[in-house]
Amino acid sequence: MGNEQSLLFSRVLTELTLSFHIIFATIGVGVPLLIMIAQWAGIKKQDEHYILLARRWTRGYAVTVAVGVVTGTIIGLQLSLLWPTFMRAAGNVIALPLFMETFAFFLEAIFLGIYLYTWDRFENQRKHLLLLVPVAIGAGFSAVFITIVNAFMNTPRGFAVLNGELVNIKPLEAMFNPAVPTKAAHVLLTAFMTASFILASIAAFHLLRGSNHAYHKKALLLTMKLGAVFAIASAVLGDFSGKFLAEYQPEKLAAAEWHLETTSEAPLVMFGVLDDDGKVRGALTIPFALSILAFGSPNAEVAGLDQFPVEEHPPLYIHYLFDSMVIIGVFLMCLSLIYLIGMRFKWKAVSSKWFTGLIVLGGPLAIVAIEAGWWFTEVGRQPWILRGVMKTAESATVSPNVDVMLYLFTVLYVFLAIGCVGVLLRMFKKNPIEKELSDRALLRKGEMA
Amino acid sequence: MTIEVLGAFVLWLFLFGYIYLGSVEFGAGFYNAYGKMTGKEKLLENVIQRYLSPVWEVTNVFLVFFFVGIVGFFPETAYFYGTTLLIPVSIALIFLSIRGAYYAFAVYGLSNPGFTYVYGLTGLVLPASLSIVLAISAGGFIEMGESGPMLSSRSLLLSPFAWSVVALSLVSVLYISAVFLTWYAAYAKDVKAEFLLRKYALIFALPAIAGAGVFLVLMQGHNREIFSRLLEYWWIFGLSLLFFLGTVYFIWKKTRYGLAVIFSALQYFSAFMGYGIAHYPYLLYPHLTLFDGFTNRAMAVALITAFILGLLLLIPSIYLLLRLFLFDKQYVAGKRINHA
Repeated sequence: MGNEQSLLFSRVLTELTLSFHIIFATIGVGVPLLIMIAQWAGIKKQDEHYILLARRWTRGYAVTVAVGVVTGTIIGLQLSLLWPTFMRAAGNVIALPLFMETFAFFLEAIFLGIYLYTWDRFENQRKHLLLLVPVAIGAGFSAVFITIVNAFMNTPRGFAVLNGELVNIKPLEAMFNPAVPTKAAHVLLTAFMTASFILASIAAFHLLRGSNHAYHKKALLLTMKLGAVFAIASAVLGDFSGKFLAEYQPEKLAAAEWHLETTSEAPLVMFGVLDDDGKVRGALTIPFALSILAFGSPNAEVAGLDQFPVEEHPPLYIHYLFDSMVIIGVFLMCLSLIYLIGMRFKWKAVSSKWFTGLIVLGGPLAIVAIEAGWWFTEVGRQPWILRGVMKTAESATVSPNVDVMLYLFTVLYVFLAIGCVGVLLRMFKKNPIEKELSDRALLRKGEMA
Repeated sequence: MTIEVLGAFVLWLFLFGYIYLGSVEFGAGFYNAYGKMTGKEKLLENVIQRYLSPVWEVTNVFLVFFFVGIVGFFPETAYFYGTTLLIPVSIALIFLSIRGAYYAFAVYGLSNPGFTYVYGLTGLVLPASLSIVLAISAGGFIEMGESGPMLSSRSLLLSPFAWSVVALSLVSVLYISAVFLTWYAAYAKDVKAEFLLRKYALIFALPAIAGAGVFLVLMQGHNREIFSRLLEYWWIFGLSLLFFLGTVYFIWKKTRYGLAVIFSALQYFSAFMGYGIAHYPYLLYPHLTLFDGFTNRAMAVALITAFILGLLLLIPSIYLLLRLFLFDKQYVAGKRINHA
């Protein structure tokens, strides 16, 4: 196998692993916060439904976390196996957050083990809830530290290149590079948002299937409230992200928005196709919107792709990835707001079958948005692995057999996906909420007698 | 102690943590599968559920810590080992994933006898594929080609030395975990399991020490430089041998199992440290030393600072974890069921 092929298969394998891992990573970051809120609500309101909500979410979470741990270990090592040249450079400059991530993850793993195996062990439930705090903090910081590394790949700082060597290295400057604030906030908020809509989707599914249980209704209302909050926050943040891109990665913004020529009063292009002459057809254009997104003023001049050498243009299909992410985000925000307003004013429509069906769709759609977002940011950085410093093509392994590894890992991920879905379905089917509630009531009676 | 040595020491320490905790885990899985085959399946399931399930993710972090740390402290290793270890490490990752999946799936009722056997088998294959990396680091299997370092799989597979490393790792896994689980079973007052595991511990004691001897002999032919340094530090290995004798004595006499566990840990700790010292200064013989593979000073200081702060956070947390799952008699004996 030639080096060209090693490069191709390295890219496909990395993309596959990351696409699979990110589902579990997002759930892993988002869900602990929701469990915490549900358990807290349960303790505060003395409502067993919320406590059980937290407990049942925890069970599902334990399964997804295991897959997240495993796939996270895989990507951690695959980075060195598939991109050894890049990791040599990264080790020199951006190892600090990578190293700190293991500590955050350590904290999360330890306290998750404790939290998981100490239900009903404490007289005071608040003590048990307290154990979840380090889990949520560890998960959140893991995400932030890893995002910092990704931010560094987009805006590398804290070193100089002299005769091909990295010199004058400043680890903290590399760590707090310009892409960090918007990226880290975006990753956290959308993880909370996705977790909310996934859990809402499960509650809605039970209601759609004809359950009328108060447990599911409480779950849906709680998750939709949180979903709305995080969706609005993500939307607001999107504006900052646009301004960040315009200043630090204008070629990525231009490619995402199909902004081919530099203009002022730039319109925002949505959807559409590119014809053979490179002209945009059938797109929806919103006047001035790109100038506002990029610089906060309708007259601002926005750099188009014509400002950048052709060999440094990111692939133009990232436009669709960007649009998908944004459209889904806006859809989920509207869906949750309409639901909440509808519930407030007792509209029948929001409890109807079709609306509940839309909420069921919300969970999978949120995951699609997460995938689209990561593909967008990764493909949008091409041809660079370290923007402006190192090209992806120069950093792949020269080792043969990457193709065989790709097939092996594909089989592994299929097995993990089937196992994960299978065990989750089985776990909750065998022990539906009605059964668990009555079992617990019986248990209590037994204890009192 | 120079900062390079300090970095290597920290990583070596965490690698030992993984090897020891991992050995307990790997061996337990193997014994469990073996028990299922011989109809004694119920004996070890309790131990696996109660000890391994809450702790395996923490064990795994020791491994993550090691490979992230080594890229941080010694970025050149990412290039040398990353380029050459694609196949063995990928295979190890797949076995590691199967084990993780077992904890996640089988514990929640997706049990299937085939899965238990595969899980048990990974308990042997995983240490074998990971220990290959240690054999490779002793030199002789990586050549510098035009496009970079290349692993010579053929000479690796035909090398008696490499196979002695694999054999040593296997018997050590079975020995370490049998000693640990004997103590755990006795602590849980599970007399039948204690009897069985004590037998396993005694069976694998001799192969474990003989394996070390074979390894030493073959090292003489494989790498004289490391061999002569091993002899130079003979007293460390002598100490290790004393710990070994202590462990076997206690297990034989059915007394002080807790001390036996500590002694077996010290036995491997001293041998592992001794081997690390003999390997010095090479990260990959003879291509890469601690000094030319080391990161820049600013990063080293930052990493060590982060490490110290991290430890302050972790040590109390690990203490809490152990207190709840390892030293709580009621929990260990299975009298508490507090799973979510």
